[in-house]
Amino acid sequence: MTVAVKNMLLNVGPSHPAMHGVIRLITELEGETVVKVEAEIGYLHRAFEKSCEQSGWNQSVPYTDRLNYVSPLINNFGYCGAVEKLLGIEITERCQYIRVIMSEISRITDHLTCIAASAMELGAMTAFLYLMKAREYLYDIVEEVTGARLTVSYGRIGGVKADLPQEINEKLEQALVKCEKEIYEVDKLLTRNRIFIDRTRDVGILTKETALSYAINGPLGRSAGINYDVRKVFPYFAYDRVDFEVPLGERGDNYDRYLVRMEEMRQSVRIIRHAVKDIPGGPVNVDAEGNVLSSDELVDEAKLGHTAGLVNVVSRVEPTLEGSERPFHKRIMSEDKRVVLPNKGDTYGNIEGLMNHFKLIMNSHGIRPSKGDTYFPVEAANGELGFYVVSDGKDRPYRVRVRPPCFFAMAGLHTMLEGYMVADIVATFGSINMIAGELDR
Amino acid sequence: MEISSGDGPGFITSKLESAIAWARKYSIFVYPFVTACCGMEYMSAASGHFDMDRFGAGLPRFSPRQADVLLVVGTVSHKISPILRRVYDQMCEPKWVVAFGVCTCTGGFYDNYATVQGIDTILPVDIYIPGCPPRPEAVLDGLIKLQTKIENQRHPLREL
Repeated sequence: MTVAVKNMLLNVGPSHPAMHGVIRLITELEGETVVKVEAEIGYLHRAFEKSCEQSGWNQSVPYTDRLNYVSPLINNFGYCGAVEKLLGIEITERCQYIRVIMSEISRITDHLTCIAASAMELGAMTAFLYLMKAREYLYDIVEEVTGARLTVSYGRIGGVKADLPQEINEKLEQALVKCEKEIYEVDKLLTRNRIFIDRTRDVGILTKETALSYAINGPLGRSAGINYDVRKVFPYFAYDRVDFEVPLGERGDNYDRYLVRMEEMRQSVRIIRHAVKDIPGGPVNVDAEGNVLSSDELVDEAKLGHTAGLVNVVSRVEPTLEGSERPFHKRIMSEDKRVVLPNKGDTYGNIEGLMNHFKLIMNSHGIRPSKGDTYFPVEAANGELGFYVVSDGKDRPYRVRVRPPCFFAMAGLHTMLEGYMVADIVATFGSINMIAGELDR
Repeated sequence: MEISSGDGPGFITSKLESAIAWARKYSIFVYPFVTACCGMEYMSAASGHFDMDRFGAGLPRFSPRQADVLLVVGTVSHKISPILRRVYDQMCEPKWVVAFGVCTCTGGFYDNYATVQGIDTILPVDIYIPGCPPRPEAVLDGLIKLQTKIENQRHPLREL
């Protein structure tokens, strides 16, 4: 007697106990083997493009924070870089190094979160707690520099919000040492762990050909052996002046992805150390000629028309604006007055600064790139993150199209899941590091 | 057994109710409905540095059947809102809902066609934790406020 066997349809997600992120996988099972997978996306569509089109060029920066919320700084700088390329402006040397340092901190937090979450989903709760601890040290640094832990909006078109705090070097080094220690401990816990290897080795294989045909790059592509890293191939900011290596995998399975991410974190630490050593500018003393006034006194003086003596005065600003006073402003911001807000000393202290500020802030004035479009890629933690910006000459973008790295990984997801067991879905999906924010935008 | 006399609750019942409320307050099992950015801060709040476990809410349950508190973490789009409602409906009474992050409170700065403008349009919310995302300290503060609310609530006991 033969029994008719029917394949079973199983929904994994969008709110599944063992998976993070909002995505729905429609799987067809034959016994416990996955035969077919279809991914349904769009559960976190937040109208990124529409929002950007309705706000100004600079006002779009906060929306980019929330694309890949695990490494928001890279997204900030990617968008700012694209608009800068469109405008054809150069950012200062120091700003380039600041962007490199902050991007690499973000990359480490992203990889930490990915490994932590995927290890936890395989049952390694200790590794999760250790890596979250390491991430917390880096968040402290991010908070020190940008003023926020997560949604930082630190990038500005033509520069960054504020200069690095003066005593940041020691704190950063301490954080890196503590972070390295945690990474080392997790390395000891996971890398030669029998259970972890059994769950990840030769599971969810992505071949080089598949990765190429689906345009998958980043850690996923590199673990499959594709030597493509935007930082090396199309160097941007100061990446051509820092030393690092690009780790490559051989098999393209979950274990290789884990190893590539671990090594990338070590390389990022190396980049940060190099950049901190090389960063130009050095410590800033208060201007020799400039006396310091609080900003409200400065405003009062200016209202009385006593602006002549205020040209070299340094204003003491609110804590939220710290690091963007006159001496710092020059080092981190481009000279281009079409784009960059003047420092607060100038805004309060002389009419040119005030007008410049007014022209950039007021509705329907603002930054106005000439008609045109451009594409600017950066290496985000998950792969190539590209911004394609189009301007029609107005004060708000005509279009901001994002090339999110996750989107392509999700297109090729089925090749990594089909033919494996149901239980492997969790392991493979965790190692891909799907971020719904940038996937659905 | 006569546990209450007259119209109001008796001595034993009221003491039992407050004992149960006290116990509930410190044994919160949360269901984190994590969709977006706030999830990162939820992870921070739940792990070592901030340690939600100190307040008796350390064990997330990823099944709505086992959870008391639905923690809606992150932007809720129109596409995911029926699923959120379904998760809420699957939870057993008594249950509470915490809106974690400004997107769940009001829609936040996603004032557009795709986003639900506050989850209180689809479920009853007990505690709102604003912030984009809220700092872990704010999350813990919200948790303490929820505990106070739970402690002061009285659910009628079934007939013994």
